[in-house]
Amino acid sequence: MTQVFLGMPAGGLGNLVETEPFPAAAHRELGNTQMRKNLRHATHTIRDKRLRVVGELPDWEQLRDAGSAIKNSAMFNLEERLLEFEKNFTARGGVVHWARDADEANTIVRDLIRETGSTEVVKVKSMATQEIGLNEYLETQGIEAFETDLAELIVQLGHDKPSHILVPAIHKNRTEVRDIFLKEMPDVDPALTDEPAKLAEAARKHLRAKFLSAKVAISGANFALADTGTLGVVESEGNGRMCLTLPETLITVMGIEKVLPHTDDIEVMMQLLPRSSTGERMNPYTSMWTGVTEDDGPQNVHIVLLDNGRSRVLSDSFGRSALNCIRCSACMNVCPVYERTGGHAYGSTYPGPIGAILSPLMTGIEVEKNNSLPYASSLCGACFDACPVKINIPEILVHLRGEDVDSQRDKHKIPTQMDLLMKGGSWVLGKGKNMKLVEKALPLGRLAAGKNKKIKKLPGIAAGWTQSRDIPAPPAQSFRDWWSAEKESK
Amino acid sequence: MSAKDEILGRIRTALADAPQAPEVPRGYRTSSELDEEALIELLVDRLVDYKAGVDVIEESQIPQLVADKLAGASSVVTPQGLNPQWLSALPGTIARHVDAPGDRRSVAELDAISAVVTSSAVSIAESGTIILDGEPDQGRRAISLVPDHHVCIVPVSTVVQLLPEAMPRLTITRPLTWISGPSATSDIELERVEGVHGPRTLDVLLVRGM
Ligand code: SF4
Repeated sequence: MTQVFLGMPAGGLGNLVETEPFPAAAHRELGNTQMRKNLRHATHTIRDKRLRVVGELPDWEQLRDAGSAIKNSAMFNLEERLLEFEKNFTARGGVVHWARDADEANTIVRDLIRETGSTEVVKVKSMATQEIGLNEYLETQGIEAFETDLAELIVQLGHDKPSHILVPAIHKNRTEVRDIFLKEMPDVDPALTDEPAKLAEAARKHLRAKFLSAKVAISGANFALADTGTLGVVESEGNGRMCLTLPETLITVMGIEKVLPHTDDIEVMMQLLPRSSTGERMNPYTSMWTGVTEDDGPQNVHIVLLDNGRSRVLSDSFGRSALNCIRCSACMNVCPVYERTGGHAYGSTYPGPIGAILSPLMTGIEVEKNNSLPYASSLCGACFDACPVKINIPEILVHLRGEDVDSQRDKHKIPTQMDLLMKGGSWVLGKGKNMKLVEKALPLGRLAAGKNKKIKKLPGIAAGWTQSRDIPAPPAQSFRDWWSAEKESK
Repeated sequence: MSAKDEILGRIRTALADAPQAPEVPRGYRTSSELDEEALIELLVDRLVDYKAGVDVIEESQIPQLVADKLAGASSVVTPQGLNPQWLSALPGTIARHVDAPGDRRSVAELDAISAVVTSSAVSIAESGTIILDGEPDQGRRAISLVPDHHVCIVPVSTVVQLLPEAMPRLTITRPLTWISGPSATSDIELERVEGVHGPRTLDVLLVRGM
């Protein structure tokens, strides 16, 4: 994918960009009522679970404060932390690679796989590899990548896109999942029912042989410890353990923002993450490894440290805390906009409130298709309250809206509609006389509204407002006229 | 310029405003007030919630309980450092395999074995988490992963209430596996289903006086 980027540092490439503006995508997704029903059910279930297990901890707020400070301190000393991690990981037999962007990361991974002579790899859920479009790239290079996470498997077999970062197939219900399995799994029992336990078993059978014979695995990482060079993967099903333990070669692709300064930091993160994401006290499995352990697990261990726009996020002093995200998904589960539009409307790998700030921050707001994302919010603040590392998403959304308006102005060199509107607004609201003048035009609005007293379409950029709602026709009389008449009649 | 130099250069430019790293306020709980009985009760409650099997026993009961748990198994693998006494009540009909340095069981062999018995390093009662660290009584990660049934011995002296209490007991650079219940997924309609790729049955023997 080629993009023209303005300004510095380089923006991210890959699956970070909307293929169409959010309002258009959202409009289409809203028509998918099955998906909305599935989403509503799922987000509400997970919300309730989360509240219950969070309520159990008397020190939840102290943990959030610690989590937020840990991430800030990691980001503010990022260069040192990365160098420290590299030193420790290397000392224990691991190999560190650096990738400026998606293309470079993909090439590094391809070359590492080629060195092993393998043409197949197993994968455990990694947002970073989805962001860089690794599977699609490997396919063009003659390498087949098998997703092993149940939800990713559903998405991959269904030739679909993930819609949620934690449960990527959340938009599919059990019957839809069964239908995909029946159609796409060659060895499946044709009498498969839609009971979740039976579906999980079908996935187990389908992937077992792959796990036992795989020579190369690709993973993401939930964190990297700078002080020891340790990597960690948090998961549920055991597919992570399979990928991290059985193959000879393990290649981890990780964003540079995942580094934590100290070993003790995981005592905070591992309390915050599972409770915020699946609403469990702890996820079933967490694996940690430090380079190579002789006689146990992969002996050829690599990590690709990925920038792809992250340093660009870091350069925005208002927006940089978006890098603190630990991908728990709590913000999307509480978001009224996400609940209705679903993850697909956000286009990028990162949906929901965090996606609405992270994607434009990574690519730059000037990337036209992403500039509507910061408006995909009612600024209700639920995401901020839910965020375990206290990212102030609403504040960053407002900041990005400002950036967008500035960038439009720079591009067009003439006042934008937004500028004119705002100027007009201040003229109207600034003086009672002017306001009165405008109110004279009210009957015109009634004319535009027609018989059913609804305005369906506003002109210019105000059209966005009427895309998803009708405006009632203006009243026959303005408040100011009514007030004067009231006074006179007294 | 190498990718590394370029990325580090970008980071330096991005942080030109030199933001000050905050002190990390560690005001969260770091020590437990529970006595041993309350601790056991809490851990049992969490494990049962995850649908693991749990028995609270004395050390002398280990051989019998291990035999009971493995009643349905046809074969079992153990790490070389496991106390052989613990398997002393197993009937001869159950084939025994040992995974030892220089004499490793292959993945295919492990796949044909029905169960594994290991010890454990540290457990956290509040979250129902058992940590294996690859010591000789726990073995390589593969042996506690591939067989479908895991019988895990947890000495009560290795149980703490809180995660921060577990940290000083861990050697972080060892290969660690944190286990909280049998493998599970919530990927279909967020309904938790036990048993996907990891062992589908987890039996925990919580041993007093050890
Ligand atoms: S922004 Fe906060 S709540 Fe949202 S996914 Fe990231 S860490 Fe979780």
